Amino acid sequence: MLRYLARRLAASALILIGVSVITFGLTFLIPADPVRMIAGRSASPQAVENIRHQLGLDKPIPVQYMNYVTKLVQGDLGRSYVQKAEVSRLIESRLPATLLLMAGAIFFEILIGLPAGILAATRRGRLLDRAVMIFSFAGVSTPQFVLGLLLLYVFANLLGWFPLSGFGTLSHLILPALTLGIAGGGWYSRMMRSSMIEVLHHDYIRTARAKGLSGPKVVLVHGLRNAILPVIAMVGLDIGIFMSGAVVVESVFGWPGIGQLAWLAIQRIDIPIIMGVTLVAAVAIVIGNLLADLTAPLIDPRIRLR
Amino acid sequence: MKSNALRGAASALALVFALSHGASALAQDGGYGGQMVVTYKDDISTFDPAIGYDWQNWSMIKSLFDGLMDYKPGTTELIPDLAESYTISEDGLVYTFKLRPGVKFHNGRDLTATDVKYSIERSVNPETQSPGQGFFWQIKGFDEMAAGNAQELTGITTPDDQTVVIELSQPDATFLQIVAINFAFAVPREEVEKYGPDFGRNPVGTGAYKMTEWSLGQRVVFERNEDYFREGAPHLDKIIFEVGQDPSVALLRLKRGEVDVLGDPIPSANFLQEKNDPANKDRIVEGELLHTGYITLNTTEAPFDNKLVRQAVNMAINKEKVVRIVNGRGVVANQPLPPAMPAYDTAFEGYPYDPAKAKELLAEAGYPDGFETELYAMNTDPNPRIAQSFQQDLAAVGIKAEIKALAQATVIDAGGQGTAPMLWSGGMAWIADYPDPSNFYGPILGCGGAVPGGWNWAKYCNEEIDALAAKADGMAGDDQAEARIQLWSEIYNKIMDDAPWVPVFNEVRFAMHSDHIGGKDIYFADPIHIPVHYEYVYATDAE
Amino acid sequence: MAYTWRRLSKDPLALVGMATIAAISIAALSAPWIAPFDPREQFFDGLTLEGAPLPPDEMFFLGTDLLGRDLFSRLLYGARTSLVIGVVANGAAVAVGTLLGIVAGYVQGWVGAAIMRFTDLMMAFPALLLAIALAAIFTPSLWIVAMVIALVNWVQIARVIYTETTALAAREYIEAARALGAAWPRILFLHILPHLIPTILVWATLGIATTVLLEATLSFLGIGVQPPTPSWGGIIFESQSYFLSAPWLVFFPGIAIMVMALAFNLVGDALRDALDPTQRGR
Repeated sequence: MLRYLARRLAASALILIGVSVITFGLTFLIPADPVRMIAGRSASPQAVENIRHQLGLDKPIPVQYMNYVTKLVQGDLGRSYVQKAEVSRLIESRLPATLLLMAGAIFFEILIGLPAGILAATRRGRLLDRAVMIFSFAGVSTPQFVLGLLLLYVFANLLGWFPLSGFGTLSHLILPALTLGIAGGGWYSRMMRSSMIEVLHHDYIRTARAKGLSGPKVVLVHGLRNAILPVIAMVGLDIGIFMSGAVVVESVFGWPGIGQLAWLAIQRIDIPIIMGVTLVAAVAIVIGNLLADLTAPLIDPRIRLR
Repeated sequence: MKSNALRGAASALALVFALSHGASALAQDGGYGGQMVVTYKDDISTFDPAIGYDWQNWSMIKSLFDGLMDYKPGTTELIPDLAESYTISEDGLVYTFKLRPGVKFHNGRDLTATDVKYSIERSVNPETQSPGQGFFWQIKGFDEMAAGNAQELTGITTPDDQTVVIELSQPDATFLQIVAINFAFAVPREEVEKYGPDFGRNPVGTGAYKMTEWSLGQRVVFERNEDYFREGAPHLDKIIFEVGQDPSVALLRLKRGEVDVLGDPIPSANFLQEKNDPANKDRIVEGELLHTGYITLNTTEAPFDNKLVRQAVNMAINKEKVVRIVNGRGVVANQPLPPAMPAYDTAFEGYPYDPAKAKELLAEAGYPDGFETELYAMNTDPNPRIAQSFQQDLAAVGIKAEIKALAQATVIDAGGQGTAPMLWSGGMAWIADYPDPSNFYGPILGCGGAVPGGWNWAKYCNEEIDALAAKADGMAGDDQAEARIQLWSEIYNKIMDDAPWVPVFNEVRFAMHSDHIGGKDIYFADPIHIPVHYEYVYATDAE
Repeated sequence: MAYTWRRLSKDPLALVGMATIAAISIAALSAPWIAPFDPREQFFDGLTLEGAPLPPDEMFFLGTDLLGRDLFSRLLYGARTSLVIGVVANGAAVAVGTLLGIVAGYVQGWVGAAIMRFTDLMMAFPALLLAIALAAIFTPSLWIVAMVIALVNWVQIARVIYTETTALAAREYIEAARALGAAWPRILFLHILPHLIPTILVWATLGIATTVLLEATLSFLGIGVQPPTPSWGGIIFESQSYFLSAPWLVFFPGIAIMVMALAFNLVGDALRDALDPTQRGR
């Protein structure tokens, strides 16, 4: 177990190095000059070259990368080219909003997915099962920006139940979290359904039934406990999807998270911010994957880590 | 902003400016106290006056800091601000500013002449990386300091605590405008050194407001500076800026009474409905921005190296249609300068919309069947839509333009490198830094900007016109003001004959404010304190 | 195959999905004949005098967009964009993913390890951020957008194919073929690839749904296919500012995207059930 963990952590570190190399390389392929964005419209060529030199952008790209990494290992993500603020502070101030959004999304995924999956499994093949499955597919098939705009239109504009956008209270969180969580809810209901169907076929359920225990009780007490864990273990894998979804959902709802920060930074070629956000997102995704893999054997003893 | 105000701007170049025009004349109606909520879509990047150059922070910085000069609210008329008075030497080379006594920074320290010197030098210092560095080219010692070879500007001296003397290397008629620009605003050295690059997050100035709270990506709070030197300002005790607010959402919140002023324009979808609603008569304010939206035509490469082709394109574009696409929030432009700018030529007729004539010109130029080209535009709404409108107009005269709707930085790069045959300036367009016709020339139409990376995207360089522009800016004497404006009109007319641009429209700002906030209409669409003059609007329920 | 088809034809959801895909494809192919207007024509009468889009009326069946173009015609032509990108981008992703997955699974060793570590790396990238960065590097056109999507989407397929290939490679008949001295391309293409076809088919179908959604998202962010090429996501991007007063401009294309993705998801899922031997007789 410990050896496995050590190996996985080493692999994760390698992945992060790879992500940083590729992101760094990509930002230089973008046909735009970050220095021009800093220097403004009345800058002389000399002023532009001065700034380029100060930022070290006149050095060969591998040297720039090494300089970046040297600072990175000291915990320094650099400063935004445009805003001059420390990237770590910019991310720090926006990360909680994104994490809150993700927590809300996970809540809705589970709130929607698990009951729907259980219902479908227990009514397998019947109309309710079909309906649940269609809805789960519809959830997966709706683009987040369409869903977000739809929810905004109906629940915030027409009905006025929720604020149109912004951040701060629980009611601000509900629509964006729902937007992000519905697709996941679709997947979870399907996973929960098949997990539950499998569990219901097991001997101990049959035994329990034979002992004369009633239907719902069997399902809830014996089935649920065994069926739910494999599904929960998947939550870690959602983080990558959330990181992508955050860009869209934050823009639709004006949510002050890191997705918006990244989007603006790419528009302005603010390389330190692009690097910082990508790395933070990659770390989150790697941790999520690691957690999913580590919890799997705890839940299903047949899985062994190797 | 009317034409008499424009003449005012010219006469403001008086040798000695008496204070009588100052504070007392600015006393406005409206009570004191209360607060307002202002929304913006985009985050605020910085409050450092040497750095900030955005739509959102431009006027906020003006409320936090002050320069030697400012403008009479709602006009383009220069008035002394941190300066109490000033004199200009006969040869137009030496400006002597007497500072207003008793001005305090937000940290309690008195402003002195060395602060003014330090602040301008800070913007010139290459280490600051100020986008405003180039504005100070005329101060003696600029070249040495900008190159990093000197630690100060030899042209700025401080004979005593209350006197700043600025010596120029050549006369510049716009110099008083330059010391009124944000990049010349006074900052206290000790605070700048304390915070370093984070000064922009911890601004300390002399302005009417001081910043008391900043939650990144969410809100900023300004509170009244009790020690502010100008009597009668500001009116409000507190301004809360909420950022990340979509304009259509902000509009609904305004109607619910949660928001007082929309910092961004009224969203296009709601604009007509709101404008036509009689209840909004006093809430919606119209004001011309010192802005021109234009298409640049790369004059160095075929087919746009041919003047006839450029003139043909000028006649092919249906500008009325574009104004309709932006819901009438603009006026059709026929010259580079916006109507509110001195030297705007009301008699100039420009090129008519005449596709038939355009085809004739194209045939005459050797392109009877048109040609294929590319049109660059920024990829944020409404710019791709406007580009598609151009595309249809161009197709009608046989020009097949492929649209390249790209990120801002990429479009600016293509324009700078000269790889964009046609470029729609929307989203990156020129809003004047200061209300003088020269501001629309140098970097965007002059030879100096026609270098790789420069902002003269048409790569237009006419030596003769460059010489005329230099001559015009050298006409610094008060008696030459009228002739200078005349000369600038001629310059722009000549430029339009060469047709490096298609001027399309001048944006009109329609601002909206709640009943809770009052003030002259122009304060919500101030030509200088863009977009809102925060110091003079007031709460209607205040005493 | 016949068996698969029989199973599919018994699944009502799969039938609905297939019928929808057929209907969309026919509409897209015959767009030049059934579209009432040229999708690029900006009608002077297509906007109010103040520049607002028209609601649905007799002339413009679904109303007009913000440039006075017929929304219905643009939706029809938009289906072409979605389908072309769906098929091309996903085809490329499946091809690349399959190739790398097979090679990694069969060759193993350092080549296989390198490929799989690279997929791990790609998995750690937030997919949309990667797509945005790629779209900023290459000027988006129809083919570039397809390529960007393929570059993002091949990873999952490669991993699935890798797992299956590893399992297949360990089987006895492969060992036997190898012992008989068969060259590795022969083994790969004759003995392994055929067994992977069901998986590839399922992913080729499900992947189109993912691709359609990603294309719409890129267009919604303003970095999809270039205007005036009609694209469903692009229509929403252009209309978003009118969304509270003219919601149909957002919802008609939104529904179109959803229906297309849903159809491919339903068929892909049914296909998976039909092709999965473990499901047989359940």
